[in-house]
Amino acid sequence: MGKNNKNTTEKVILKHDHFQTLIDLLKEREYRIVGPTLGEGAIVYDDLNTVDDLPIGWTDDQDGGVYRLKKRNDRAFFGYTVGPHSWKKFLFPSQLRLWKARRDENGFHIENDKNEIRKFAFIGVRSCDLHAISVQDTVFMHGIYSEPNYKARREHTFILAVNCGMAGGTCFCASMSTGPEATSGFDLALTEILQEKGEHYFVVETGTELGAEILLNVPHREAKKEEIHAAETIIKNTSQSMGRTMETKDIKDLLYRNYEHPRWDDVAKRCLTCANCTMVCPTCFCTTVEDVTDLTGEHAERWRKWDSCFTMDFSFIHGGSIRASAKSRYRQWMTHKLATWIDQFGTSGCVGCGRCITWCPVAIDITEETREIRKSEQTHSPNNSIKEGNNNENA
Amino acid sequence: MTTIKKPKLAVWKFASCDGCQLSLLDCEDELLTVASKIDIANFLEASRRVVKGPYDISLVEGSITTPHDQKRIRQIRKKSKYLVTIGACATAGGIQALRNFRNVDDFISIVYANPQYIETLETSTPISSHVHVDFELRGCPINKQQLIEVLSAFLFGRKPNIPPHSVCIECKRRGTVCVMVANGTPCLGPVTHAGCNAICPSYCRGCYGCYGPKETPNTTSLSTWFSEQGVKKEDIVRSFRTFNAYAEAFRKESIAHEE
Ligand code: SF4
Ligand code: SF4
Ligand code: SF4
Ligand code: SF4
Repeated sequence: MGKNNKNTTEKVILKHDHFQTLIDLLKEREYRIVGPTLGEGAIVYDDLNTVDDLPIGWTDDQDGGVYRLKKRNDRAFFGYTVGPHSWKKFLFPSQLRLWKARRDENGFHIENDKNEIRKFAFIGVRSCDLHAISVQDTVFMHGIYSEPNYKARREHTFILAVNCGMAGGTCFCASMSTGPEATSGFDLALTEILQEKGEHYFVVETGTELGAEILLNVPHREAKKEEIHAAETIIKNTSQSMGRTMETKDIKDLLYRNYEHPRWDDVAKRCLTCANCTMVCPTCFCTTVEDVTDLTGEHAERWRKWDSCFTMDFSFIHGGSIRASAKSRYRQWMTHKLATWIDQFGTSGCVGCGRCITWCPVAIDITEETREIRKSEQTHSPNNSIKEGNNNENA
Repeated sequence: MTTIKKPKLAVWKFASCDGCQLSLLDCEDELLTVASKIDIANFLEASRRVVKGPYDISLVEGSITTPHDQKRIRQIRKKSKYLVTIGACATAGGIQALRNFRNVDDFISIVYANPQYIETLETSTPISSHVHVDFELRGCPINKQQLIEVLSAFLFGRKPNIPPHSVCIECKRRGTVCVMVANGTPCLGPVTHAGCNAICPSYCRGCYGCYGPKETPNTTSLSTWFSEQGVKKEDIVRSFRTFNAYAEAFRKESIAHEE
């Protein structure tokens, strides 16, 4: 992404039939263009060649454990919400070889294994995901050490954001103050407008000099007041139609106070410890490292793979797993997302995208689990709720 | 490797279909390397050459179904430094363990013209019910890459990278869209041991549970969800009662939905 320059240009109008020009310009600059497209019964993120690869005229219906593609009655380019994939699959690949080595008479040699990383252009990034990218930036780039693979990918990424024209059944960005309007972290941001008379255009906001530079070569005109107003109305409506809500007041202390709570036993009965929630979460960053040798013993490789706090190996130390029970694993995950993350990185680890709710095979809902714990405090005094669950072993 | 003597490998067959041994033969490219690093001392499916034990590694395919097999596995254990079981038959009793849920004499009288010649046990059981097993490699059939991984690990004295987590993690790593969530197709992936790289979901099918129960499988929650989605009791029984029917978690779950 280019340098942020917030006092940028006025909003402009880009006609839908000039969207291809935008893609072509990015291609000319040798970006690998990735964005939403139809695949395996969902809207996934993959390579885009032309505007026709977008899920034009499609939308999704989402609820806990359920996702269904549906036809829209218009030809919207971005008329859906976030799906099973997140942008982390590009910036933070699920499986990555860190190095390979060879052994011969003279010893052990690390082989040169530098893959040329193409720079990405992300098309259609939603506000929740902009926040998620920023969370991962903090984790991978802004600490004492930075992660070179992530950094190499991230630094050259072009981001075309889209303000959401609808909220999904599991979205709750409004509660987390992470959407639905893209406010920073993009090169260009669009609001898609479809009018009954068939007019179809985008209100474009520029976020960086790079964005401005690209836009310069795409036919556009200054936006009229009513067009800007129409875009604002869309975002306002989206913000008022969130499928889920989450009260965040005092959330860190709420969870710290309720480390022992019967609700954790309840969710443990339902939780499959399958790890889907962590895999789909755009902020989850845990990995495991596998060292492999081949049969000859002359080659070795080190691979990094997405891991999850829901596996037994994750907390395995000498003697066994620290979090052997489903209860301790779910509690670890949810408490990390909503509470300890704040101490660790200064922000919430949850951006309210709703993926963990939709893609949990048994519809476990982070907003509901939080609500139930909060509710119990309103009916019992906090002292009571501590008593109810204590003496339980942690694992 | 500076080892002078190549480690001796033996492959043994009990009640099984040979599919897992075939996975070893199927390692075409790797087989030559295997042969140069390991002395294949007993592998009847591949060669008539039989070298006497003891063996460094024994790969055991198949389940124990006869009194004769009960004795034979003990002898094999005695002559093997490491004993690794391969496949659902050897690790869980296999599809033939369906007999464990019924009276075996009823089957014998239906299937065989002269039942008096049949000498069989009432149950089909995994090798680990009879002798100590050093490592269990799951799958019906096993994945040949995983077999190579286990052999390499044993050769070089390291731990095999065979994670016991869910198939879902494999699905997500490869970017496959969840068939349960996106199509409503029942899938055993959340309670099934990884290893196949989520082949079935990648073809839009639910996981059949070929690799058996994963670590800490919550089969009760998954079948509750299946019933809420309208899956019939008998279909839940059937889904847990396949190649790994007798693996503890699957066995209990199918029994819970019976009658
Ligand atoms: S915890 Fe769930 S809702 Fe929050 S960011 Fe992760 S996937 Fe999205
Ligand atoms: S959570 Fe908000 S920003 Fe994200 S897809 Fe839903 S409405 Fe859009
Ligand atoms: S909360 Fe849902 S997705 Fe996450 S591990 Fe439990 S069952 Fe799987
Ligand atoms: S398709 Fe099956 S294995 Fe894959 S994520 Fe969904 S439930 Fe898990």
